[in-house]
Amino acid sequence: MSRVLLVALILACVGSAIAVIYARYSHRQLFVELTRLERERDELNIEFGRLQLEQATWAEANRIDQLAQQRIGMKFPEVDDIVVVRP
Amino acid sequence: MSERRPPRNRSRVGAGLPLRMALVATVLGLCSVALVGRAAYVQLVNAEFYQRQGEARFLRELPIPTSRGMITDRNGEPVAVSTPVESVWGNPQELLRHPDRLPELARALGMPLDELSSRLSQRSDKEFYYLKRRINPDQAKAILALNIPGVFSQREFKRFYPQGEVMSHVLGFTNVDDRGQEGLELAFDEWLRGKPGSKRVIRDRQGRIVENIDLVKTAEPGKDLTLSIDRRIQFLAHRELRAALERHKAASGSMVVLDVATGEVLAMVNLPAFNPNAVSGGNQDAHRNRAVTDLVEPGSTMKPITVAAALNAGTATLNSRFDTSPGTLALGRYTIRDTHNYGVLDVTGIIRKSSNIGSVKLAEPLPNQYFYDFIRGFGYGSPPKSGFPGEAAGVLPPPARWSGSSKATISYGYGLSATPLQIAQAYAALGNHGRLITPTFVKGQINEARQVVPPHIADQVLKMMQTVTEPGGTATQAAILGYHVAGKTGTARQAAAGGYSRRYTTTFAGLVPATNPRFAAVVVINDPQAGSYYAGLVSAPVFRSVMEDALRLMDVPPDDIETWLAAQAAGEAKRQAGIKPLPAPLEEDFDDLAIPPAMSATGGSP
Repeated sequence: MSRVLLVALILACVGSAIAVIYARYSHRQLFVELTRLERERDELNIEFGRLQLEQATWAEANRIDQLAQQRIGMKFPEVDDIVVVRP
Repeated sequence: MSERRPPRNRSRVGAGLPLRMALVATVLGLCSVALVGRAAYVQLVNAEFYQRQGEARFLRELPIPTSRGMITDRNGEPVAVSTPVESVWGNPQELLRHPDRLPELARALGMPLDELSSRLSQRSDKEFYYLKRRINPDQAKAILALNIPGVFSQREFKRFYPQGEVMSHVLGFTNVDDRGQEGLELAFDEWLRGKPGSKRVIRDRQGRIVENIDLVKTAEPGKDLTLSIDRRIQFLAHRELRAALERHKAASGSMVVLDVATGEVLAMVNLPAFNPNAVSGGNQDAHRNRAVTDLVEPGSTMKPITVAAALNAGTATLNSRFDTSPGTLALGRYTIRDTHNYGVLDVTGIIRKSSNIGSVKLAEPLPNQYFYDFIRGFGYGSPPKSGFPGEAAGVLPPPARWSGSSKATISYGYGLSATPLQIAQAYAALGNHGRLITPTFVKGQINEARQVVPPHIADQVLKMMQTVTEPGGTATQAAILGYHVAGKTGTARQAAAGGYSRRYTTTFAGLVPATNPRFAAVVVINDPQAGSYYAGLVSAPVFRSVMEDALRLMDVPPDDIETWLAAQAAGEAKRQAGIKPLPAPLEEDFDDLAIPPAMSATGGSP
């Protein structure tokens, strides 16, 4: 009886040892994966920031103002060009 | 071998054998005990120490850099963004071991060879030296691709301000380590700054990462900040103020626009400005946010406050009349003058004509302490606490230090000083039915209101200020078609050593639309040299052009549709006379090649 118990305990011990190794291995694998994904996320965030910055630079009020006035000749309507729609 | 041994020796050897065996066994046994003991000592007793020592030879904790939060305007448009750059660094010791690679490196860095080698030999005992900081990631990659031993790069973040100098004073800037140095970057540094994390890695002898082991601390990126500033109004204010400064050859100027109901700063502009993307230490003067740090004498913009004080104390009513003739009033050593002899004025007339004598007479019956407390209630003489770093408190001397003429001069805005932001705050309170709200730069973070004058008095004063921009007032150029404008001009001589100089500060403070104010704006222009020095002609037009567009941008309904209809009728008549053809449709298609790529500084344009 006690022999069976001993064998079972030895098996459990070896099994748990292997499980520990496996858990550690998968932890490293997952950590590598996590690092990779985080880097990817950061890169995307940075790209997003860069695009936002670029958009903001293109949309800079001064530039729009210049373009509107010089390239397509826009201007604010004169007083008597404005039509007031009565409610 | 044993067969060759002489037999006579055998008995002697044989006799000592067990002893020698025992001796050897004992020695070997003691050796293994020592080994086991040592092993046990290393593994069990002192395990931690050795573990640490071993790990210290290959395990490293590396910082994980994190980016600073983005600053956006109230509509979410980015106005300050961190973007990654690379800093190339070298290990001088290792670099100097390979002198044959230095010319190549110097070429890649764009640095003369002798300069590079002298810099490196100066630091030959160091292991770290920045070769080039904050360069375009592509450039850094090209340098690393040369594979020169001892050259590495690390990621850093650089701040970009797409609005350039338009927002320069409000935002401030950061230093090379990405810490806020001025403006809101400094005020909200804690909030914007991320917390760099750290991770544990295994590195080899050359410092290359073999394996990532563990995350010690997650990097927390900085939080974003949404300002109350509206980028578009900010731009308008900058453009118009600059035009006015050029037209009048003025030295400097500021404009502040507040949202009356919330106290939010919608625009704050100063000139001269600087480019926050390339801050040079040279012109510190231009770095100052004049709207919160520089003191001006409010001049006649104080008069509405004086009127409110008199109405509140009951010493004057709407029907009170004051004789301002003959246009001069002797007060102690001084003579107070009006620009004209206005004769008998009512309270509204004092504001409309900006009569100094009228306001002196209004203030005369007021007790000193009451008048002082009343002005202080409007925020004069104490810092507004808007959260902007370096706010000036202004100067409002307490009654104990008043001389004979102090009350009189304060009543028309001399002998005290305030920042443009303080003046805007006080006017916003008049427009907000007497409730003063501390200005804020953060959208939605609205400070508590404080009733500084009863609502009916604030509304009465507002109505009086409306006459200033109507025909017969001092600032008809501030009138906006379709809206009633309440405002007040202030032209103050600048204080100089031993009195007042011939330099002027022109101020216009106004509220639109007057019947239900939405914006409070203050325009201060310092030392205009050309044209006029009257605030009604220098500052008021700036107010008009900015507010005209701001009202449209923020969809504020017109409150004076009658004048608009009249203008339209006039336009209609003109149109009947000769109908102009519509402009020809545009055929030009857009090619934006003429415009430099936005990201030329970092080359990140895809």
